[in-house]
Amino acid sequence: MFGAGGGTSSYEETRAADLIVLWGSNAREAHPIWFHHALKAKNRGAKLIVVDPRRTPSAQWADLWLGLDVGTDIPLANAVAREILEAGFADIEFIGRATSGFEAFRESVQPWTLEEGERVTGVPADAIRELAHSYGSATNAQLCWTLGITEHHNAVDNVFALINLALLTGKVGKWGSGLQPLRGQNNVQGGGDMGAIPNKLPGGQDVADDAARAKFEAAWGASIPPNPGLHLSGMFEAMEHGELRAAYVVGENPAQGEADQARAERLLSGLDHLVVQDIFLTRTAQLADVVLPAAATLGEAEGTVTSSERRVQRVRKAYAAPGEARDDIEIVYELGRRLGHDLGSTKPEDVWNECRSLSPWHAGMTYARLEELGGIQWPCADESDPGALFLHGRLWDDVVEDRAPFQAVEHDPPVDALDDDFPLRLTTGRRLESYNTGVQSGGYSSPLHVGGTDILLSPADGERYGVADGGRVRIVSRRGAVETSARYDPDLRAGLAFMNLHFPDEVATNMLTIDATDPKSGTAEFKATAIRLEPVA
Amino acid sequence: MPDLKLLEAEPTQAERDAIDAVAGVADPFSDRVARSRPRRHLLLPALRAAQRRVGWVTPGALGYASRRLEVPPADAYGVATFYALIALEERPAEVLHVCTDLSCKLAGAEVPPGAHPSPCLGLCERAPASMRTIAGPEPREEQIPPTSPLLPQTSGLKLLRRIAEGNDPESPPAEFAALERARELGPERVLELVKASPLLGRGGAAFPTGVKWEAVARQPAKPHYLVCNADESEPGTFKDRVLMEQDPFGLIESMAIAMYATGCEKGFVYVRAEYPLAHERLQHAIDVSGFDIELRIGAGAYVCGEETALFQSIEGYRGEPRNKPPFPVEVGLFGKPTVVNNVETLLNVPHILLEDDPRDTRLFCVSGNVARPGLYELELGTPLSELLELAGAEPPKAVLMGGAAGSFLRPDQLDLPLSFEGAREAGTTLGSGVVIVYGEDADLVDAVLRIAEFFRDESCGQCVPCRIGTVRQEEALHRLASGRTQGDEIAVLADLTQVMRDASICGLGQTAANAVDSAIHNLGVLA
Amino acid sequence: MKITIDGVTTDVQEGSTILDAARQMGIDTPTLCYGDTLTPVNVCRVCVVEVERSRALVPACSRKVEEGMVVHTDSERVRTSRRLVMELLGSAVDLSTAPEALAYIERYEAKPDRFGPDSLTVAQAVKVDNELYVRDYSKCILCYKCVEACGVDHQNTFAITVAGRGFGAHISTELDVPLPESACVYCGNCVAVCPTGALMAKSEFDLREAGEWREEEQAEVDTVCPYCGVGCNLTLHVQDDAIVKVTSPDDHDVTRGNLCIKGRFGYRYVQTRKPA
Repeated sequence: MFGAGGGTSSYEETRAADLIVLWGSNAREAHPIWFHHALKAKNRGAKLIVVDPRRTPSAQWADLWLGLDVGTDIPLANAVAREILEAGFADIEFIGRATSGFEAFRESVQPWTLEEGERVTGVPADAIRELAHSYGSATNAQLCWTLGITEHHNAVDNVFALINLALLTGKVGKWGSGLQPLRGQNNVQGGGDMGAIPNKLPGGQDVADDAARAKFEAAWGASIPPNPGLHLSGMFEAMEHGELRAAYVVGENPAQGEADQARAERLLSGLDHLVVQDIFLTRTAQLADVVLPAAATLGEAEGTVTSSERRVQRVRKAYAAPGEARDDIEIVYELGRRLGHDLGSTKPEDVWNECRSLSPWHAGMTYARLEELGGIQWPCADESDPGALFLHGRLWDDVVEDRAPFQAVEHDPPVDALDDDFPLRLTTGRRLESYNTGVQSGGYSSPLHVGGTDILLSPADGERYGVADGGRVRIVSRRGAVETSARYDPDLRAGLAFMNLHFPDEVATNMLTIDATDPKSGTAEFKATAIRLEPVA
Repeated sequence: MPDLKLLEAEPTQAERDAIDAVAGVADPFSDRVARSRPRRHLLLPALRAAQRRVGWVTPGALGYASRRLEVPPADAYGVATFYALIALEERPAEVLHVCTDLSCKLAGAEVPPGAHPSPCLGLCERAPASMRTIAGPEPREEQIPPTSPLLPQTSGLKLLRRIAEGNDPESPPAEFAALERARELGPERVLELVKASPLLGRGGAAFPTGVKWEAVARQPAKPHYLVCNADESEPGTFKDRVLMEQDPFGLIESMAIAMYATGCEKGFVYVRAEYPLAHERLQHAIDVSGFDIELRIGAGAYVCGEETALFQSIEGYRGEPRNKPPFPVEVGLFGKPTVVNNVETLLNVPHILLEDDPRDTRLFCVSGNVARPGLYELELGTPLSELLELAGAEPPKAVLMGGAAGSFLRPDQLDLPLSFEGAREAGTTLGSGVVIVYGEDADLVDAVLRIAEFFRDESCGQCVPCRIGTVRQEEALHRLASGRTQGDEIAVLADLTQVMRDASICGLGQTAANAVDSAIHNLGVLA
Repeated sequence: MKITIDGVTTDVQEGSTILDAARQMGIDTPTLCYGDTLTPVNVCRVCVVEVERSRALVPACSRKVEEGMVVHTDSERVRTSRRLVMELLGSAVDLSTAPEALAYIERYEAKPDRFGPDSLTVAQAVKVDNELYVRDYSKCILCYKCVEACGVDHQNTFAITVAGRGFGAHISTELDVPLPESACVYCGNCVAVCPTGALMAKSEFDLREAGEWREEEQAEVDTVCPYCGVGCNLTLHVQDDAIVKVTSPDDHDVTRGNLCIKGRFGYRYVQTRKPA
């Protein structure tokens, strides 16, 4: 945020917080060890507030849980912002010195009275007020979110709505307060940091930045197009239009992981050429023309990964990969060689040192230092730099050159609207013992896997639609249908249902979900699907 | 509330009502807002209420109490299984608990079929004694026999004077004269007077009360709490019961004075579960007088008489003693500065403020082979022989001073002065004022085995020396008593005595070998 | 502040424990229930030391140093108590997979069998009720570490507790139900802190049963968990080119030795692959 694609804070600050707001995050199940840090704070007396449509295991821990309607995060955030302003918790000095766009933002939240917030989100006004006052009055506040914010068609606007709250109260850029997007995969942060996103070069450097591009072009002896590439949803869009005819998929299972699965399979199958590099013959790999067996990150590869707190840590090899499986670096470099390019040494440390020479964020992170310090948080400018616990300290300088912008954002309800034919809101999320499409987590046996394929329903909905607790049910959306067992969850309110995406071979939840995609982030709206239930005799 | 997996069994409506009466009415259900509000400290009262309603704590009741108070079910189970009087297996609504402890054993106690043996019920002057618990819509407990002659001694009384004069324990006094006096003096002056008095704690540790009060009064951390330790469970002890039953207003007035002097926001009086009449009369006195005092009732655990175990119990945890330091005056109940005083200690305070009797007296609970068992009050320093004469003791073979945690005296040691120093010099302790007389025909081996069994039963199980040491002690004694010895039992017992004394966490383990050791080495029993 | 341990006066930081001070001076103090990442419960009493002017011995693991404190860590009294603690534990508990405890028995010349063959023990059947870890409470010394790790110190799941009392005190789920019916989330953070092998990964248990557990041949390799983005450090215990157990380093700030079910037990997917 504000130009740096990483959370601003550290786990250490989480432990020291006096308020933690989890917004659209069920960290208790999805980020269990991060939640340990949050619980250290809570057991010390910190307040925990959870905003989530479901009363999740994280919400069970909360001093206050706000059960908003799916897709009403912006109205809630705007109502909180307005109340913070009304109650005098805004940090006017900080706003004046370090931010821009405040007036337009203030205008934009004016309609969002507590009552209007209650009307649109379903959360009682006094709870919205309590959230606003708690956040406004906290000294060290961590505002944290996950996919509940980002798996929407307006994901980036949702994030802006939360950033606005931190800017409004000056709770960013200083020790103890910050914004934490908790990362869902072990190296999704590192992948982005290395340039595996459409508009960035390694180290957060913009492809549109001529000087940055020139530096990389000189180092690599190749020219780099200045235009951003496509994100995943954009690629599927391009496949649909026949503009993208071949794909090289590394360590992803989009045939099962994408929203609107039937469409994803159709488009992948229609490609002229599909190469899949993976540790398993996934559903996507089964569609491929060429499969390149890869070594697993766990135990079979050397390198680094970067965590949610921007901590770069070493991954180490313990034994040889099975059969013909090869390290990702080796495969890519061999591919390069066969295409006529020598990409250099395949030794992971050499590759990393090349990154250090080009990315100022990583410049000071030698393998030796990563080992010695137990990882380093970027930015780390040189070998005397311990790394950064938090980002954007510059916002507290006397004079702020590069001000942090408020972004006025408007409510835009989920694309997949509820109506008489599809009256129930289905939302999705992770379970503690499972992970993504189950490629990894399906490999071990656990008592917690039990019931993983169920759809969770409120008892009231179960009775209303004639679906028994434990009974079979057909779930129909505007895109497809699946059949599974239903389980009553007394913590779900009527009108809301829940499924996960972990068991696609048994229950292909993504047959139901919508590929309504945020144009800026490319994330689909997994969190909001309109469904109906049909009992199966 | 933690991410609890709750017990699936549902409570009955009766259980639900009983638990709700403790936990309060549940917040109205909202599917939009929830607030976590753990109230673990009500766990033991809730379990007690459920058991008194249906006779035992069913899985449904355990789960419901967990849910209402936001206590993890496993933790609630751990707490419930700690207390001997909480039943987690089905049993009838009416249960007879028969005392098989020292004094009642001497009186020939026998456990009829279907009844439960019980450690000392604190009714030693009416031995053999028992208690019947009756669960139902109007639960109650009956002490058996229900009454005894009030006081065997009528003259020279100080703490017991009001009782001897026939006060009405159910009517408040015309005025709380000592409390009025305290308010005239102000807290500082009250502290000075108590400090200037010779008052030492009567619970067993004999710590100067004024010093303790001042330490709490000076603590900047707030709030401060007062805890009256009325978990009188030392076998042979019943003095606090008599005081609470017969002079409840005197006790709560004394507590109010202590709270006033030490800046306590709230007081708790923790009474053992076996004293139903004391519960009733204290609760009545609290209700009538309006002091901010809460009655808490134990559930059958001797170790809860240890002050930090008592805090754990009030807070809704297993009654496992905490490590000291920090001491309660700094970190006590709910982690706050806390005054802990025994009932008898507190009842001395009004006399200090009113300056109505300068004598330093001490209560003694006399039972066993005596003609007039009961509660006696003597000036400190009076010879033991005089007390035995007052009580009409048979010529004793031995006298147990201080209860199971005390020690045995030989007939030639009975002229010792009943003072802290006198007891120490004779290698014994006044403890909680227990004097059990063993006549010529008494079975001392039986007594020693019972004491060993008592500590094995009552060990909380936390530390190794006490948890396993009390078992090995009992095993060695049984080998000696049965004659099936290995030959090294005396050496084993000496080692156990040392490790329990030196390395146990709390006073229970540290004293668990005292009486056994004195029986062997002072009396020559099993030696 | 200044304290004297075994005749040597030294400066130690205020707030440190006698154990910290002794370690600083290179004095090896035995501990069983103490864990670097856990709140001291001081229940095993094997770390007791003699502090002058203190009536009983005091636990080194939790007693804070005081100015001028004089401590003896190897006096006859201390040695006797430590020996007795080990004799008592050894007489009641199977310590065969507890290397530290066995070493203390030797060090203090403890004779656990001196109490005779009829001594009460905690012997009982192994509880194998899931595929991830097993519980053999005949090896449990009741150090409370697992309860602490499951409770406020780390995991806050509270699936287990100490139930019962006295010699009958034991680690238990609610109503003693099997793990799959309990609140257990299989993070294995209890297994990680168990000092006696009473709690053991099923993978280790099975290899031991088959006589194929060869710890001396195992390599330990540190890496990062392949699941979510928290960045937990894993230590892979590798035998015959296969992961046989996963732990996490105590001294790493992200995990402090803790993992979730995926990190600790979710590694098997890499081993289900067969060469083509």
